[in-house]
Amino acid sequence: MSETTYLEAIRDAMREEMQRDESVFILGEDIGLYGGAFKITDGFLEEFGPDRVIDTPISEAAIVGAAIGAAHMGMRPIAEMQFIDFIAPAFDMIVNFAAKSRYRTGIGAGIVIRGPCGGGARSGPFHSQNVESFFANVPGLKMVAPATARDAKGLLTAAIRDPDPVLYFEHKFLYRRIKEEIEPGEEIVVPLGEARTHRPGTDLTIATYGAMVWKAGEAADRVSSEDGSEIEIIDLRSIRPLDIGSIVESVRRTGRLLVVHEAPRFGGFAGEITAQVCEEAFEWLDAPIRRVTAMDTPVPYAPTLEDRYLPQTEDIVAAARWLLAY
Amino acid sequence: MRALYRFLVLTRMLEERLETLFKQGHIVGGLYRSLGQEATAVGSAYALQEGDWLAPSIRDAGALYVRGLPPIAMLRQYTAREASPCAGKDNTNHFTIPELGLLGPISPLGTQLCVLNGVSLTFRQRGEPRVCMTYQGEGASRTGTSHEGFAMAAALDLPIVIVLEHNRWSFGTPSYRASAVEDWADTAGAYGLPVRSVDGNDILEVYEAAREAVDRARSGGGPGVIVAETYRMSGHAQHDSQKYIPPEELEEWRARDPIRRFESVLEQDGWLSEAGLAEIRDDVELELTRAVDTVLSEPHPPAESSRTRVYADPEQDPPEPWTRILATESEAR
Repeated sequence: MSETTYLEAIRDAMREEMQRDESVFILGEDIGLYGGAFKITDGFLEEFGPDRVIDTPISEAAIVGAAIGAAHMGMRPIAEMQFIDFIAPAFDMIVNFAAKSRYRTGIGAGIVIRGPCGGGARSGPFHSQNVESFFANVPGLKMVAPATARDAKGLLTAAIRDPDPVLYFEHKFLYRRIKEEIEPGEEIVVPLGEARTHRPGTDLTIATYGAMVWKAGEAADRVSSEDGSEIEIIDLRSIRPLDIGSIVESVRRTGRLLVVHEAPRFGGFAGEITAQVCEEAFEWLDAPIRRVTAMDTPVPYAPTLEDRYLPQTEDIVAAARWLLAY
Repeated sequence: MRALYRFLVLTRMLEERLETLFKQGHIVGGLYRSLGQEATAVGSAYALQEGDWLAPSIRDAGALYVRGLPPIAMLRQYTAREASPCAGKDNTNHFTIPELGLLGPISPLGTQLCVLNGVSLTFRQRGEPRVCMTYQGEGASRTGTSHEGFAMAAALDLPIVIVLEHNRWSFGTPSYRASAVEDWADTAGAYGLPVRSVDGNDILEVYEAAREAVDRARSGGGPGVIVAETYRMSGHAQHDSQKYIPPEELEEWRARDPIRRFESVLEQDGWLSEAGLAEIRDDVELELTRAVDTVLSEPHPPAESSRTRVYADPEQDPPEPWTRILATESEAR
């Protein structure tokens, strides 16, 4: 067994799918000659050649557009956004073309759009965002956000094989911090739309995803050792399709729900989870559903500001204690 | 020559039928005509072969028939029939039909160029000598996606031909207000692409230029641009009265009508007599009458299908709204 980082897991998923299936290819900025801004595709150009590892102009709309066209022809393209913030220029192609293609005309657009999201790397307003809520209101899209190395590999493999457009949000803060035992070449497929119980518990449910899974874990350990309460953490893994069943099942046991995400609060995805749990499990709730999220500001740059902006372990502990005491 | 003429008159006569249907209230939503631009669409598409792909703009209906689209499909689209290529889920020419090599455009302009780049990329990845052709008005060419699409096609040296239709008007804005460019062929130079300007109302000139660009792209010579100088003879859509257009401008272009011009070439060069031309028009007339009768007897899509085909797996399509389920349950009781 060998230790595989979250970043290596993403690389392995792409490389192994490209080895297995000739129709898989990748296109994006600086991914070939340079090997990717985070070196995820290092060595790909040599291994797969310039027709399967395509350096493009800085043209996110054209990158996603080309991916859609190739998918129409039966290819399985992976479009890399150098930072997920740069998905903005491709919004039209994703929302109006990719997402609606199957519905409008019966021809799907099985593409993967992946890119580094999230804060904590002191990267400022344009290299730190979480964009899931921009796309959550768009039928036809799927979205995943892995927290572990195993899920990073398994969700990406599943996304590449999926016949619908999938946005794959990889958290840059986890790239080299998260490691797991993964056998080299081990084929992992994590079905889209299935949540994972990150930590079992009986007193409070936390529903979260991405990097916040780890902060929620720290908070749960602290509450357990200091207060003796056990928090259950549901790692959504898929944002859409949403495994609301797993959340509701957990809430029906614990009677309390805290939703945590790194994106801003207003219109954030926590609102959707909250609404669905209210609809499905209102009678089981012993306390109001609460949210811990980033603040409603752009992501600031200075460490003092960014730390204040991001949800911290202490915030989750405070929210958990408030809910448990309710 | 007969085939070209038939496609031209089919395009125009079908749209005239659509106008009648519009006045009769059978058209769902807007009606967009290609009046005056038929030669550009038909002449260019005629240069393609089987297996090639084409993405039209809204004003290139003629190109679709050249690619083998049955005219009845367009009638079904505009009347939102269940049997339409989009099954009633989208309008106009927004359909993708892989068997015919047709990629449907969407309303945000410039986007289909970006997508067709991907189709042509795949042709090259697979080593297939196939070519793509797409269209945009000079108005659409001002979008960011259009610029990105041109730049990407050029950078990756893709087998794609882009027909830029300078039809003078994008909705209510004249082209000289949308750009400081006087000669639209200059825009191609910005991307380093070869360009040829043609009289877009001369079908034979359009065909010849398209043939040259298609052949070059097919033999690995990369993308090419054709600038077709033409004119949008009708309003943006049926609701547009064209009040803003100087009457003398319309008159000037009416004299250059692409179909009448081709008719005189056919007669002068002895390809077809007046009677021969009339025979083709009568034949199209008959086909359209039958098609209209058929379509008007066909149903709209069932309301329940509004929630289907969002995802590949029907299990992932959204459920019926809970209020509708409640209503069904109380009816059952």
